[in-house]
Amino acid sequence: MITLTHVTKRFPGGHEALRDVSFSVKSGELVTVVGRSGAGKTTLLKLMSAIELPSTGNVVVSGQNTKALRPAAVPYLRRKFGMVFQDYKLLFDRNALDNVLLPLHIVGLDGRDAVRRGRAALDKVGLLSREKAMPVTLSGGEQQRLCIARAVVNRPAVLLADEPTGNLDEAYAREIVELFRSFHQVGTTVVISTHDRAVQERLAGRTLTLVDGALTDSAHG
Amino acid sequence: MAEGLRVWARQNGGAMRDATRRLARSPLATLLNVVVIGVALSLPVGLYLGLTELQGVARQLSSDPQLSLFLDRDAGSDQAREIEERLKRHPMVASVRFVAKERALDDLKHGAGLAEVLGSLKENPLPDAFVVTVKGNSPDALEALHEEALAWPKVAHAQLDSEWARKLDAVLRIGRMLALLLGVLLAAGLVAVTFNTIRLQILTRRDEIEVAKLIGATDAFVRRPFLYFGGLQGLAGGLMAWAVVAGALWFLNRELAGLSALYASGFRLGSLSGEDALVLFGVAAALGWLGAWLSVSRYLWQVEPR
Repeated sequence: MITLTHVTKRFPGGHEALRDVSFSVKSGELVTVVGRSGAGKTTLLKLMSAIELPSTGNVVVSGQNTKALRPAAVPYLRRKFGMVFQDYKLLFDRNALDNVLLPLHIVGLDGRDAVRRGRAALDKVGLLSREKAMPVTLSGGEQQRLCIARAVVNRPAVLLADEPTGNLDEAYAREIVELFRSFHQVGTTVVISTHDRAVQERLAGRTLTLVDGALTDSAHG
Repeated sequence: MAEGLRVWARQNGGAMRDATRRLARSPLATLLNVVVIGVALSLPVGLYLGLTELQGVARQLSSDPQLSLFLDRDAGSDQAREIEERLKRHPMVASVRFVAKERALDDLKHGAGLAEVLGSLKENPLPDAFVVTVKGNSPDALEALHEEALAWPKVAHAQLDSEWARKLDAVLRIGRMLALLLGVLLAAGLVAVTFNTIRLQILTRRDEIEVAKLIGATDAFVRRPFLYFGGLQGLAGGLMAWAVVAGALWFLNRELAGLSALYASGFRLGSLSGEDALVLFGVAAALGWLGAWLSVSRYLWQVEPR
């Protein structure tokens, strides 16, 4: 489903975030990318969702090479992914439900159908009772769950999560891990980056280890 | 296909509602922008309209070129008849009208309200005259007839009646060009005003745009509410310009009515026709739309991954 071949990512200024990375993610797989801060995990996820383009090498998603895509086709590729950002990227001027409705509006779904699906996503992450709450009034764990609800509301083929437990305490982190496991169990491809070995162990699935931008290990948990 | 159209219509409806909400949410800022756009547009529109009206009058006056021949005051009726014959035979002359000096004095007394002054004169100071309408509209031919007639016996003076109207028409043509130029400059100003308004809006909605782009929003989706905002603001500016021009014309016509009555003329400045008003609204909305498009496109280009 996703294949990276000899991918290197160099940023302006010369910093090399990834070096000659190659691997594949099959449909329905659960993959954990582990590595310390600055190892290149975020860059890797951004390359997979065409938020960044590789300097050399190729990233192919469902047969589409991200480097060869017309700019107008990039948004449609991104819609295949549900993105959970490290910093959540919630919109603080709208309530929880409206945050979740944004991806539905982007694909042109509006009205009652959209609200029904938005509420279902909130229910899935246990936030239905807080649909009218503004993000600023939510705890860190609730904000993370809201971010996950927004990522899954469009029923994406792939869920990409960047350090989804990075800012959470042990109890919240466990909840979030269980959520991702439940999405994987219903057939969603899940790729999670984390620096936390405990999270990786709980998730099981395949593990990719990044050290200073290079892939050093690929193992099944 | 039908579903695609439904999605497109839904998204446009949503963008329109969003733009309307944002315009209504800050009424003072919206009003100030609309006034700036309206006043900026009303200047060239009002000027163009006034000059077009005057040019119409000038064209009407200059469209029938006439030559007035004034005879010597001692010219007799035989000499007048001889000149009339010459004129009628002349290949360039279309028609000739004789104005006897008694008739001219009578007209002057009644037309200009000078009865008392003219009545006090011991003798008629006016000469016999011919009003000659020439064939065609060539200034060279007119000038040639003018020169020729001056050389005839007992012709004291020959005057091209339409010359002043032609000069006025030329001046008004330049005025209209200047109004157009002013219009282009102020249109660029309108685009710049909208560009800046939208730029500020983008700054306040940067997070929303960033998130939307990251999760699969197309440029069109991001652009749409801003385009509606710019278009609606431009349209409101166009309505304001129409109101300013209509109000100004109403006041001017009230004053002109008095002046026209003095000259026994029904001249008044015409208002914007329905068609003109629609063009004005359309151009204003399009310029607002363009300013918004430029502003959002510039931002999207900056954030595009490379």
